[in-house]
Amino acid sequence: MNWFDYNTQVVAAATALLGAAAGLAGCLLLLRRRALMGDALGHATLPGIAAAYLVSVAVGGTGKEPWVLLAGAAAGAIAGVLGVVLVRRGARVSDETAMAIVLGAFFGLGTALLTVIQASPGGHQAGLSSFILGHAASMVASDLRAASIVALVCVALVVLLTKELRLLCFDESFARVIGRPVRWLDATVLIIVTAVVIAGLQAVGLILILSLLILPATAARLCTDRFTVMLPLAAAFGAISGVGGTLVSSFAPRLPTGPCIVLVAATLFVLALLFAPKRGLFAQAAMGRAGGYRP
Amino acid sequence: MTSATARTPSDFGCEHSSSSPLSIHALTVAYDRRPVLWDVDLDVPAQSIVGVIGPNGAGKSTLLKACLGLIPIASGKVSVFGKPYEEQRARVGYVPQRESVDWDFPVSVLEVVMMGTFGQLGWFQMAGKLERAKAREALDAVGLADEENQQIGQLSGGQQQRVFLARALAQSAQIYLMDEPFSSVDAATEQAIIAVLRRMRSEGRTVIVVHHDLETARDYFDWVILLNTRVVAAGPTATTLTHEQLRKTYGGRLTLLDEAAQRMQKAQLG
Repeated sequence: MNWFDYNTQVVAAATALLGAAAGLAGCLLLLRRRALMGDALGHATLPGIAAAYLVSVAVGGTGKEPWVLLAGAAAGAIAGVLGVVLVRRGARVSDETAMAIVLGAFFGLGTALLTVIQASPGGHQAGLSSFILGHAASMVASDLRAASIVALVCVALVVLLTKELRLLCFDESFARVIGRPVRWLDATVLIIVTAVVIAGLQAVGLILILSLLILPATAARLCTDRFTVMLPLAAAFGAISGVGGTLVSSFAPRLPTGPCIVLVAATLFVLALLFAPKRGLFAQAAMGRAGGYRP
Repeated sequence: MTSATARTPSDFGCEHSSSSPLSIHALTVAYDRRPVLWDVDLDVPAQSIVGVIGPNGAGKSTLLKACLGLIPIASGKVSVFGKPYEEQRARVGYVPQRESVDWDFPVSVLEVVMMGTFGQLGWFQMAGKLERAKAREALDAVGLADEENQQIGQLSGGQQQRVFLARALAQSAQIYLMDEPFSSVDAATEQAIIAVLRRMRSEGRTVIVVHHDLETARDYFDWVILLNTRVVAAGPTATTLTHEQLRKTYGGRLTLLDEAAQRMQKAQLG
């Protein structure tokens, strides 16, 4: 694959959109202090995918139709979110604990189901493991188009709801007092995150999409003290990661696209950590010498 | 029919229980079936600064939150100017406890204060010049006009408290519920805040304040609500904030009671 090639350009465009959407969704998770929710939700897609395969085979299908598997992933994610809510209410534990419990339980279930599938006749060819690491370079045009549309809708939703989402993340009770439907806004955030995770499953895989949610958002937070700057910056970091990762993997064809995208995102994060104005390590050290910056 | 003829007399500020800024009837709130507020009945007078006073765990914050619909109520009724809170949001301002938000959040002082105007804005409507002007005016009133571009985490605790007060002012409400606006502020900030509250009162607004310091209560409030799960007493400060009523409110907590008695004596002598 080379980067003048039409296919590479299409993949780069799709992963750029996906990266931008993931950057925005990550900001919301980070600022709502639910970073682990992305993880819980992402890991919950695995048993969904495995169960969808088993059901599809049981009713006589091949178990390879992408839409069946993605529907399973979505169902798993929704079950994961409901699981978090139920555990939090039932066991009266914190958000973080509930998310950690659901994450572990669902991922354990998913791995167990995958093992069963792989041991079954035809199971090892089912290609389910590609959902774990992604396979952007071999995605077909229609899949890429679908992922792009989902990513675009997510970006549009965040842009339209910026004012409400900022209020929700900063001061939930004030949002409720002035009559904003906080539950629906929270549900919207989760729907956006779920959509990004599902859209990214095929391209970067379920483990790496979680990094793509958090890395650009955290890097953007390091660079600015403004919500209204942080969001576009995170989207830009995500988009750059998408394009950069696709190009890197097109130059080095043995490197899969998903990990390359996340490596670019991680590089951007490290650069921000070192060189960000005010919050970067170098800036902190310089200000420490100069007499201090109140964080 | 003009809007003037459609008005009821209560809109012109006549004293009547149904038009009280905040009227609470038989309110009970429970956490895990343990009552936190029990059978609360109150009619808060208009154009006054009202203190909510009681020991820790007495349900003071809970009272405010129940009035604002932030926590479910087990039974009873709350009305704001004679109507349910849901219909009167635009007339109610809120100052939450300072600790309730993350001050590291990436917003500027001006952006937080502008959030006070969001209640009057539609969903997809961006805040514009009018909202900005309103927020600046509110910041000016609390003495933070020069800090509008600071990230909120860079302010001192007292300044952060005043940012919340400014956001409430930007709500342009008629009744305000404030949860410990004086907590951990320095003396100068406390004076600045009480001056703002007095000006709000002179503009005809009602301010209800959860307060801890018995020494200053007599000076600050026109009316007090002594709360300890039930309303022990509620009425004008001069006749309600007495040693006897405080003993009932803080009853059983001997050290606290002695402390309260000493403070009362000091306040009466002073």
